[in-house]
Amino acid sequence: MGEVLAQAWAVARKDLVLEFRTRTALVSAVVFAALVLTVFNFGRDPTAVPTIDLAPTILWVTFTFAAMLAMNRAFQLELENQALEGLLASPLSRTGLYWGKLVANLVFVAVVEAVGLPLFVLFFDVPVGRVLAPLVGVIALATLGFVAVGTLFSALVMRTRFAELLLVVILLPFLVPPLIGAVQVTARLFGGRPLSESVGYLKLLAAYDIVFVSLASFLFRFTVDE
Amino acid sequence: MSLAHKGRWITMVGLVCLAGVYVRALAFTPVERLQGPAQKIFYLHVPAALWTEAAMILVGLAGIFYLFLKDPRLDRFAAASAEVGTVFAIIVLTTGPIWGKPIWGTWWTWDARLTSTLFLFFLYVGYLLVRGAVRDPGVRARYAAVLGICGLCLVPFIHLSVFLFRTLHPQPIIVKPSAPSLPGSMLATWLFSLVAFSLLYVGFVTQRYAVGDTDHA
Amino acid sequence: MLSAEGLRHTFGEGRGQVVALDDVSFTLTSGQTLAIFGPNGAGKTTLLKVLAGLIRPQAGSVRIAGGRRAIGWIGHETHLYEHLTVRENLLFWASLYGMPAPRRGPRAAEVLGRLGLGDRADRPVWSLSRGLAQRASIAKALIHDPSVLLLDEPFTGLDLAAAAELRVLLGELRGRGAGGGGRVLVLATHNVDEGVELATDVAFQRRGRFVHLAPLGGRGPSEIAEAYRRAVEQRTGGVTDG
Ligand SMILES: Nc1ncnc2c1ncn2[C@@H]1O[C@H](COP(=O)(O)OP(=O)(O)OP(=O)(O)O)[C@@H](O)[C@H]1O
Ligand SMILES: [Mg+2]
Repeated sequence: MGEVLAQAWAVARKDLVLEFRTRTALVSAVVFAALVLTVFNFGRDPTAVPTIDLAPTILWVTFTFAAMLAMNRAFQLELENQALEGLLASPLSRTGLYWGKLVANLVFVAVVEAVGLPLFVLFFDVPVGRVLAPLVGVIALATLGFVAVGTLFSALVMRTRFAELLLVVILLPFLVPPLIGAVQVTARLFGGRPLSESVGYLKLLAAYDIVFVSLASFLFRFTVDE
Repeated sequence: MSLAHKGRWITMVGLVCLAGVYVRALAFTPVERLQGPAQKIFYLHVPAALWTEAAMILVGLAGIFYLFLKDPRLDRFAAASAEVGTVFAIIVLTTGPIWGKPIWGTWWTWDARLTSTLFLFFLYVGYLLVRGAVRDPGVRARYAAVLGICGLCLVPFIHLSVFLFRTLHPQPIIVKPSAPSLPGSMLATWLFSLVAFSLLYVGFVTQRYAVGDTDHA
Repeated sequence: MLSAEGLRHTFGEGRGQVVALDDVSFTLTSGQTLAIFGPNGAGKTTLLKVLAGLIRPQAGSVRIAGGRRAIGWIGHETHLYEHLTVRENLLFWASLYGMPAPRRGPRAAEVLGRLGLGDRADRPVWSLSRGLAQRASIAKALIHDPSVLLLDEPFTGLDLAAAAELRVLLGELRGRGAGGGGRVLVLATHNVDEGVELATDVAFQRRGRFVHLAPLGGRGPSEIAEAYRRAVEQRTGGVTDG
């Protein structure tokens, strides 16, 4: 176990060093998030629909779309010089590889969200100050689940043509439960309602995380071994 | 008798049953008081929705067994089941609006069954696209199994999120017959229809499976 | 010790099926170097990938003393990350092999020095020439001091001097093992001249099958080349396979 974690950390750190050195993917994802937020601003009629009603949807559509850009990158970078073959021939355990990729993806998405959230507050003037801690909690809870599935699926599609498109299509139905949950909890938070009203959705998000993180950790080996 | 033949026979029997269902539904089952004749489509809609979901569950179960047994027949079954499930999903998604328009006054409603079937449909499309994108049969079977198992686990979450969304939101009261409260004759027709759809599922899958067989021989 | 028993592997199905490995068996002990010669598509890479545990063969088994950890594999590709420096690549691979952190740095420096990369250690891989990248890839494969080395056309892209140096290095590696007993080397190439000097055993592979497997004996390069031509070209009527 200790060794698997050490290997996962080595993989994650390598990915993050590579990412922060080239920065293309990260900058693209952040810019993309900003763009989506901007477009949303022009796509609504502020006199007809109060911002606060649309805000949770805007936030989560932005986050999930930006996250999908991030997840494509995870295994594409292993195809360069067939580094993946080297990884698979080494004593690196498959679970260690998956967890490493998952951690790198989570950090990556967290960075995008950390930039996206203040932009969102700025553009839409949503009072998040009072609910910041629970909001961050919900973001973490929902993000973990769909990034876990996305990481598994990006390994599945990496060698196919149009991998980017295929990933979006197969990931879509899996985004539904966390997205519904996250939007609903966020709406209640913005509405100033107590967290106890969201227990059902929070349980849904937590159950989704538990089921899909363990399932993906188990199934990952079948996506990389020949 | 070859497998394809058997499949064709079962399908025929299923279609005859379905015709029987409609004769019964139109001629011998009372018209639902509130919904009028449009309610008749319900006999097509609900069994198809049930089998859309059952087909996904079977795809997932076949995937689990495939990963352990590595038997290509399991994969062939999963592929057949997914294709038939897709067809059933399309039936639900087209009959739903036809039913919904006269009853609810709009073509599309985010009703629980319709919504879950829509997500299942997306799931099927993704599954079939992945199958089409991988050339090596062994790799394809493995990838399909992984995706199928994830799909199997997603089914309860789709239900749960749609259910939570509905129960926590005040919704206009919709007229919706739920099976146990149906009058006896309607229930009988409905059960008959379920049998017809089960036969259709088995028949279609058997035929599709048999076609896959000759593909690989 | 490295042994293969009844390895068989095919790709594809039906009429497009290719037999990449056909009943391949051999045993090598420390100090032995098996040179595998075969035309393009003979199945050399497939064999090395099976030995490295990357492809699970459809039949047969591989046994390696020390398991996966004991293998160093140099493939067609370099397995290096272009945007990391040579040293960073080496440190990463060292950590995957569970080498304690304080030992990684000195070990990387040692291997880099041995391959003449000392002054280029801190350059990103993308800035290296093909031959230098190949050397870096060899350094990466040696970082954990493997006792079994699998080399798939390791001389590709190396200049004459570097190729000669690599031959000397491999000769040394074969002789002085970690436990003093020497290492096992498996070297695959389609160029007979490249491998004979190092070999203690030679195999000719054709359509997945070892058509010849014997100790080198006293045979020189020209004799081997002649035997290879007879074993491979005569029967296929050409120099390519499958
Ligand atoms: N992933 C694969 N899918 C399908 N066929 C493959 C695959 N890998 C190898 N083959 C086929 O298997 C046979 C053996 O290939 P292999 O790469 O082992 O040959 P090789 O001896 O290394 O050739 P070369 O000298 O060109 O490197 C070839 O006919 C090749 O086309
Ligand atoms: Mg080769």
